[in-house]
Amino acid sequence: MEFQRREAPFLIPAVSVSSMMLQVLAALVPAAIAHVWFFGPGFILNLLVAAIFATAGEALMLSLRSRRPETGLTDYSALVTAALLAFALPSLTPWWVTATGALFAVIVAKHLYGGLGFNIFNPAMAGYVVILVAFPMHLNLWVAPRMGDLDYQHLTILQTLQFTLTGGLPDAISFDAISRATPLDVMKSGLNNARTAAEIRAIPIMGDFGGRGWEWIGNFLAIGGFWLMIRKIIRWQIPVGVGLGLLVPATIFYMVDPGSHASPGFHLFGGATILCAFFIATDPVSAATSPRGRLIYGIGIGLIIYCIRRWGSYADGVAFAVLLMNMAVPAIDKLTRPHIIGHNDRSNTSD
Amino acid sequence: MSAPTYDLGKLHGGLRLPGHKSESTAQAIQDVPIPSQLVLPITQHVGDAAQPVVAIGERVLKGQLLAAAEGSLSAPVHASSSGTVLAIEPWPVGRRNGEPAPCVVIECDGKDEAMPAPEARPDYKNLSPEDLLAEILQGGIVGLGGAVFPTAQKLMQARTCEIDHLLLNGVECESYISCDDMLMRERAVEIISGAKILMHALQINVCFIAVESDKPEAIRQIAEALAQTNDARIVIKQVPTIYPSGGEDQLVQLVTNREVPSGGLPSDVGCLVQNVGTAAAIHDWIVCGQPLISRVTTVTGDGVNKPMNVRARIGTTIEHIIKFTGGYSDRARQLIIGGPMTGNSVTTDRVPLVKATNCILVSSETPSTGPELPCIRCGECAVVCPVQLLPQQLFWYACADDEVKLREFGLTDCIECGCCDVVCPSHIPLTADFRVAKGRIRELADEKARAARARLRFEARNDRLRRERVERETQLANQKASAKRAGPAAIAEILKRRKQDKGDEE
Repeated sequence: MEFQRREAPFLIPAVSVSSMMLQVLAALVPAAIAHVWFFGPGFILNLLVAAIFATAGEALMLSLRSRRPETGLTDYSALVTAALLAFALPSLTPWWVTATGALFAVIVAKHLYGGLGFNIFNPAMAGYVVILVAFPMHLNLWVAPRMGDLDYQHLTILQTLQFTLTGGLPDAISFDAISRATPLDVMKSGLNNARTAAEIRAIPIMGDFGGRGWEWIGNFLAIGGFWLMIRKIIRWQIPVGVGLGLLVPATIFYMVDPGSHASPGFHLFGGATILCAFFIATDPVSAATSPRGRLIYGIGIGLIIYCIRRWGSYADGVAFAVLLMNMAVPAIDKLTRPHIIGHNDRSNTSD
Repeated sequence: MSAPTYDLGKLHGGLRLPGHKSESTAQAIQDVPIPSQLVLPITQHVGDAAQPVVAIGERVLKGQLLAAAEGSLSAPVHASSSGTVLAIEPWPVGRRNGEPAPCVVIECDGKDEAMPAPEARPDYKNLSPEDLLAEILQGGIVGLGGAVFPTAQKLMQARTCEIDHLLLNGVECESYISCDDMLMRERAVEIISGAKILMHALQINVCFIAVESDKPEAIRQIAEALAQTNDARIVIKQVPTIYPSGGEDQLVQLVTNREVPSGGLPSDVGCLVQNVGTAAAIHDWIVCGQPLISRVTTVTGDGVNKPMNVRARIGTTIEHIIKFTGGYSDRARQLIIGGPMTGNSVTTDRVPLVKATNCILVSSETPSTGPELPCIRCGECAVVCPVQLLPQQLFWYACADDEVKLREFGLTDCIECGCCDVVCPSHIPLTADFRVAKGRIRELADEKARAARARLRFEARNDRLRRERVERETQLANQKASAKRAGPAAIAEILKRRKQDKGDEE
């Protein structure tokens, strides 16, 4: 009898890039629902715009680079980039802002560096920073979260759509009526105006930990993140590192001077900390690659987030922290090479 | 009775593979009847080929020497049944994926007539270790775990080091394979007897029998046999069921917590590892006088109707063995000699069972994993690598053909276990790529060595030419000097003689 020939091993891999990406997307679903619940349907529009432009950019670049578009598009990495970008944007964002971010992320940050696997910078964060610099006023338009006890005026889906398409609101509605500063902004400006942290925390929008709405989105993101960890799509080092890097200084400063520092719980649940720890910093391509290196990478991101929130001029610093640590990855990788079994020379990591 | 112990070192990474062992362990080891034809490759071990000592047409008996060990790391090959030597010719073998290699082909007469019983064998305890090793060499015994390193030479090498531990490897960590498990269940006494012979040959007093935790019956049988012999020097070590804990260096690390140095051998850290099947084969030869002419092998996979373990004569074709066990199922598409992680797939079942064949795995078609995607640096390969390499970096350097970096990142330490392949989400054939890269590194090293040799030759030649020129010049100078001393008359005399010489030549 004649048989086929193959090379060992004959067990087929149980995971694939596309299944990993799909699971990441699935893990984001609960938080996405929470986002829509608290901040309205704008998130879905942003996600659609980002997904369309990211996919189009991906298809364009794949054809320009003479790659087979079907393999590049079915790895779903462009969709993950779009989803992360959508989570970073306020629910009211004009389409051209979102599109700029998505196109920059996919075309410049990803494909000009060689495509999936070769990008040095996290594409979603690179795209976000570009629009943060190009359209700063648009990224401050956070609507007020839905709050059971005291409600603000909310936009209908049509009004949201109108804003997404035109960048303007119906005449009857003013920005001031619907928009609110984010909890991180409130905390920052409050502290700058010499109010105590306790006073600021008493404002209803600040919620229990990290702000109304935000803390619930954080909870659902954490659930999704833990699920990814159980599925071994991500490992514990980066989330734990980000947590340590942020919470250790936050706890120390809070204990020394609770009046003028936000609590560790606020830092953890406010802003994009959880999103960063489980979904953004864990992008394997732009992260450090050895287990020890990933812990250091995560700690670095956490520390930079704290520094920017505490001393920087931006309210949150996730995107900058991630991009800065992306730059440090080659050095981290070089310094954290694991000891190869059987090699006595443990100093070979520092050549 | 010595209880299993758990004081173990730690193995990095590894995989928990689906066992698929119960299919083939349901019934006792079955004996495959004598085939009509035996095909015995003269190279069934790692080293130089054995040299045939029989002529075509000659009648041979079971246990008769067919090919004698010659050269380095060689091992003899014996006839596994009686019959006539039909041919000595190339025949497809599993080691080369079904490509032909020289084999002795025997037409069996079915009588299975054995060599006349040798005179009563001396008790090995009265032999010196050297004599015992020489004796083991004659038995054609090689490592039966799959590496087929000639056992006698391995022991000789080990005797040049300070050995304190003998490890018997009963860790069958690959999926599907269960031949060592069944052997331990059925021949625990012989395995322990072999262990004692090995300890005598090495003059050591500690032996660990390492068995995986998923083989409770084998552990029970070994423990019972140990209780009967009441030998406190031999201890069972139960190791966790993680692939590749049965790799030689990994086992040393697990059981003794010692790291085998890069490029070194377990003997560098005082250990000698032998497969349990090898120990039983040593017992069969040293105590019973039967050389290595048969082995237990696992026939399994969804491509056979009845998975089981069989004892077959070395040289029996796979075709014959599968027929005996109940034939192929209609799903049979791939024939793998060895396990699913490190085995060789072959194109034909005409290949013979050899000393290395621990498993015949017939499987359905491996589904295509789709196109290979770029590495996304997820690092899962580094998590599972038992040597703590960074396969994703090695892959990068292998693509760039960067020999220096490949060495620095330990490519030569890769044991080709295949773990990284199985966890790679981009479906990159890492192990195959590393095999190619290793080959290139070897080629480069060979090329360098050749270039160095050529340079030495060239320099030696230049030296010689220079030396000869200098010699010639001194000789000429000497002649001139003596001519000057002798004066014009002598010169005229010399010239005349030269002319004469020339005239003679013409």
